[in-house]
Amino acid sequence: MLAFIARRLIATIPVILFVAVFVFMLLRLTPGDPAAIIAGDNATADQVDAIRAKLGLDEPLLTQFMIWSGRVLSGDFGESFFFKKTVAELISQRIEPTLMLSLCTIVLAVLVAVPVGVLAASRQGGWVDRIVMGFSVMGFSVPTFVIGYLLIYVFAIVLGWLPVQGYRRISEGFGDFIIRLIMPSVTLAVIYVALISRITRASVIETLGEDYIRTARAKGLPGRVVLLRHALRNAAVPIITVIGIGIALLIGGVVITESVYNIPGLGRLTVDAVLARDFPVIQIVIMMFSFVFVLINLIIDLAYSVLDPRIRY
Amino acid sequence: MSIVLENEVDAAAARAAAVARPSIWVRLLRHPSVVIGGCIVLVMMLIGLCAPFLGTIPPAQIDPTTRNKKPGVEITVRQDDGSTVQRTVLMGTDSLGRDIYSRVLYGARVSLIVGFTVAAISIAVGVLIGLLSGYIRWLDGIVMRIMDGLMAIPGILLAIGLVSLFRAGLGTVIFAIVVPEIPRVVRLVRSVVLTIREEPYVEAAISVGTPLHKILWRHVMPNTVAPVIVQGTFICASAVLAEAALSFLGIGIPTDTPTWGNIMAEGRQFFRVYPHNIFFPAIFLTLTVLAVNMLGDGLRDTLDPKMSKRV
Repeated sequence: MLAFIARRLIATIPVILFVAVFVFMLLRLTPGDPAAIIAGDNATADQVDAIRAKLGLDEPLLTQFMIWSGRVLSGDFGESFFFKKTVAELISQRIEPTLMLSLCTIVLAVLVAVPVGVLAASRQGGWVDRIVMGFSVMGFSVPTFVIGYLLIYVFAIVLGWLPVQGYRRISEGFGDFIIRLIMPSVTLAVIYVALISRITRASVIETLGEDYIRTARAKGLPGRVVLLRHALRNAAVPIITVIGIGIALLIGGVVITESVYNIPGLGRLTVDAVLARDFPVIQIVIMMFSFVFVLINLIIDLAYSVLDPRIRY
Repeated sequence: MSIVLENEVDAAAARAAAVARPSIWVRLLRHPSVVIGGCIVLVMMLIGLCAPFLGTIPPAQIDPTTRNKKPGVEITVRQDDGSTVQRTVLMGTDSLGRDIYSRVLYGARVSLIVGFTVAAISIAVGVLIGLLSGYIRWLDGIVMRIMDGLMAIPGILLAIGLVSLFRAGLGTVIFAIVVPEIPRVVRLVRSVVLTIREEPYVEAAISVGTPLHKILWRHVMPNTVAPVIVQGTFICASAVLAEAALSFLGIGIPTDTPTWGNIMAEGRQFFRVYPHNIFFPAIFLTLTVLAVNMLGDGLRDTLDPKMSKRV
């Protein structure tokens, strides 16, 4: 067990290293002088020189990487010329909306997708199953921003039930906060629901074919108990895996959803930073999102060995 | 009891099916998703191809007198020679007076070009890397670490990062969408190669001294065709989506080219009053992606039944 955890941890090192090198190279691969790019369009020659000296841009590439990663590791993420703030400050301001939106979406998606997937599996081939699978294909095909505008049009403009756009912090009142989070979470959850329900269905159908399910049925257990306690529990591993893998989709969706609903989170920050060619911000945001993605999947992998004693690596 | 009986019936059906198995084309044409999806894709291709002949006006033509017209309104268009013609704007006009119908039809071109090009390039590169990495053991470790690293960066984010490197344009967008897709193809091809590598006919080919490139091309590669075609279809769908998303965010194709994403991006400002600017391109975009996905599902069921058990 400990050996497995150690091996799994070691396996993430090259991945994280790759992401760091990629993000580092992002600025070096752009045409133009990195120091001038970091300094921004209105910088004086002295400022550019100061940045060049600070980042060690005259040093060899490997040394530059060492300097850069050392600074990032010590929590110095650099400065944004566009927002006139340190990147760390920017991120700490923008993290709450993104975190809240993601949490709401994950909870919503799992609460909807798992029961729906189990239901579809238990009625395999029936009309419920067809509707669920049809919805799932739709969910993969309707772009997130289209869902967003459709919801805004129906619920905010035509019906007027919900506010059109914007975000309120929890500290500004829970009611305001949650009501503005409903549409973004639903928007973002659609593709996630499509993904999870599909895997849940497939996984439950597979376990329903196992011998112990037949045994459970034969000894007269009610269908519901068989389905939930025997089938779903044994089908859990692929479902949890896909929730982890789906985080990548979720992060992509966050960028779009935050733009549609005007939510001042990390996703919007990413887009704004790209539009302003604000590389220090782009670098750190990409790295953060990737680390979160890797970390969640690491935790899920480790959780398996606890959840499912059969899994021994 | 009934389960046993069902198994018997299934087995008998499988035996019967194995005897009289229609050709792959017949089976494809019998699959409803393939037919419906394929037809819609074909129609979209025709629309893109024939855009100039479908009653459109130049999609970039700005007309201050016909700004923000709702769908179905009749407008007067002044032509270059000074004469005027009456014209019904089927999908309305945008805030610059450009005809949404024309823009949407021309937009089909960009979406389909991006979809097909991305699928073709990522498959070509992915198959090559996958074959080499699956077959040459010392290469495998290095290549797969790089692929793991690429997959650790969420697709859209990786594309956004790559877009930020270069000047916006069709080439940049295609490149930015291709890179995140490559690892998925590599993994798929590699997994096929790993099982094929152990087959007796490959061993036989090695024993008679067949050169490496010939083994890979003649004996290993053909096994990857079916899953790769299926994967390519899904890549095409996600590429169309990704291009629209990037353009929508304002970091994709430059705004002077009409693409579905761009039309929607420009429609955002006046969405509350004139939602048609967003809805018409949205319908075309959704329909196209849905059709390509349906085609992919059908192809998977027919070409690669083993894969349909996964996802």
